[in-house]
Amino acid sequence: MTVAEGSLVVTDLRVEFDGFVAVGGVSFDAHPGEVRFLIGPNGAGKTTCIDAITGLSKGSGSVTLGDQELLGKSTQKIVRLGVGRTFQTASVFEQLSVLQNLDIAAGLHRSSLSLLRARRGVDPAIEVALEETGLSDVRETPAGILSHGQKQWLEIGMMLVQEPRALLLDEPVAGMSQDERTATGELLQRIAQRRIVLVVEHDMDFMRRYASRVTVLHQGKVLSEGAVAQVQADPKVQEVYLGTGGAATTAAMLVVADPTIEATDAVPQGKGD
Amino acid sequence: MTKLKPWLPLIGIGVFAILLLVVAPAVLSMHWINNLGKYCCWAIAAVGIGLAWGRGGMLVLGQGVFFGLGAYAMAMHLTMETSGPDSLPVFMILYDPSASLPAFWEPFRSDVFTLLAIVLLPVIVASILGYALFKRRIKGAYFAILSQALAVALAVLISSTIRETGGDTGLSDFRYFFGFVLDDDANKVMVFMIAAALLIVCLLAVWQLNRSRFGELLIATRDAEERVRFLGYDPANIKLVAYVVAALMASIAGAMFVPIVGIITPAEIGASASILMIAGVALGGRASLFGPALGAMAIGWGQSSLGSSWPSGWIYILGLVFILVTLFLPMGLSSLLGKAKSAVWRSREAPTAPAAASAPLLDEVQK
Repeated sequence: MTVAEGSLVVTDLRVEFDGFVAVGGVSFDAHPGEVRFLIGPNGAGKTTCIDAITGLSKGSGSVTLGDQELLGKSTQKIVRLGVGRTFQTASVFEQLSVLQNLDIAAGLHRSSLSLLRARRGVDPAIEVALEETGLSDVRETPAGILSHGQKQWLEIGMMLVQEPRALLLDEPVAGMSQDERTATGELLQRIAQRRIVLVVEHDMDFMRRYASRVTVLHQGKVLSEGAVAQVQADPKVQEVYLGTGGAATTAAMLVVADPTIEATDAVPQGKGD
Repeated sequence: MTKLKPWLPLIGIGVFAILLLVVAPAVLSMHWINNLGKYCCWAIAAVGIGLAWGRGGMLVLGQGVFFGLGAYAMAMHLTMETSGPDSLPVFMILYDPSASLPAFWEPFRSDVFTLLAIVLLPVIVASILGYALFKRRIKGAYFAILSQALAVALAVLISSTIRETGGDTGLSDFRYFFGFVLDDDANKVMVFMIAAALLIVCLLAVWQLNRSRFGELLIATRDAEERVRFLGYDPANIKLVAYVVAALMASIAGAMFVPIVGIITPAEIGASASILMIAGVALGGRASLFGPALGAMAIGWGQSSLGSSWPSGWIYILGLVFILVTLFLPMGLSSLLGKAKSAVWRSREAPTAPAAASAPLLDEVQK
């Protein structure tokens, strides 16, 4: 496969914790214009992959964004090179307002001396992010009292104002209502038109609706890769989900439509494993 | 009202400045002007602690180190000014009539060097120390213990070098302050005015820092340090700036303390002195603008009035006040203001909108 300009390429990534191999030689790539999904059972190493890419965990191998090597750099440097991420539990600054949160995040491209001045007016990029994430009406609200879904959108907004080249999202729709999931999915598709979007997800229905390409991780290794239908048809994937998680999850993966059954039945069972 | 609100702190600082610089010299006796000057010095250190601890989350338990750097730099200069151009400080001759001036004293003969040292010494020491600590991600209790230990170490060092620094007796009997005779009441008022003006300047500086983007970033670092990395900032650098500013303020406080009080000893910069500095900040409200300064002044006042008339009881009263504040007002006395404000709002809204009566109740439950 030819590597497009400005892609995120992970090659033979290994992460070990005191001898325990969490990620054992994973390779995948993500290109601008696609919503890339990373799925797998609990403990497959999905979040660890993202941690290694963003400098939180020490990994070996190679991770490149465009022609820049990311491994071995500090988190703040990787962010400045154009990688943004969100966390499983939204980690916005609860004491600050929505606007202040976005403003702080947008400070990346400002000079350090300008930090000494108070904020006057609102950056156009922040207006765009407020519009994009639907948070315009709550801009003065302290982030701590936002709803769960709004916090996740604020996190995505904070990433957007950094104008990153790659966005890594760790379970962005966990705990969201069906409507919020739809809104988030559409938001991700809009964002992905010009950027790399990599999503770690548990929710199979969400994955099926919005993924362009999927990589399935299992026990720290890549099990399967390809379009949604391709992955679903892969006997190895079916075996892993049958073997470790029980039939419910696989059923959830294989059933193509009907999100109502999904939400009430399959997902809670799938999470129970 | 909403237009005025961002400027309220500035108006507060203005009122405070008029009280200190115009009203106080006009109505207070010399004794109380001198005392007020001393409280201003503690307040300057407290304003810095408010920034580092209240806004930045660094429990700076050893600000006595920087207070001591400024104080001893000033005291060495005043001692030499008092003893005259070619003679040794009196205490050195007392210990050893044939002593010669230690090399590190020599530059403090110069006015300019002394003033530069008061500003640059704490900045350099705090930068090196802060860089080493924050880059290694040392925080919380470890940071507090370490900074406290440094204050103890500096006090012990000075105590044990009696020939060079005057030891436990400290440095005292200053007669001149940059050419001004310190016995003169007019000059005493001038020294007080300088200290009060410096306090106002420090309040203005912290006010601007708090409302700046740096201030928002500092709070963000306090509340979620690791998250700040994902904004592209190194939290160590943000904390370092606040720490250095606090150190500089403590040093200025120490430097002004010397001509006002007339003596500096290791007891003024050691562990218990450092804890008293932070105690005032906790009492007043560490995250607010005026809380630290007013809290430090209140503690200072308590110490010099109650502390001298009833020394055995004062320390218990102080202890009790802390227990009560920590239990019922963890954010200090200044948080009373916010509570009073919301209470007023409630009583004002209740009669006009009976339908909203359930909202305050809910608020109560959440508390």
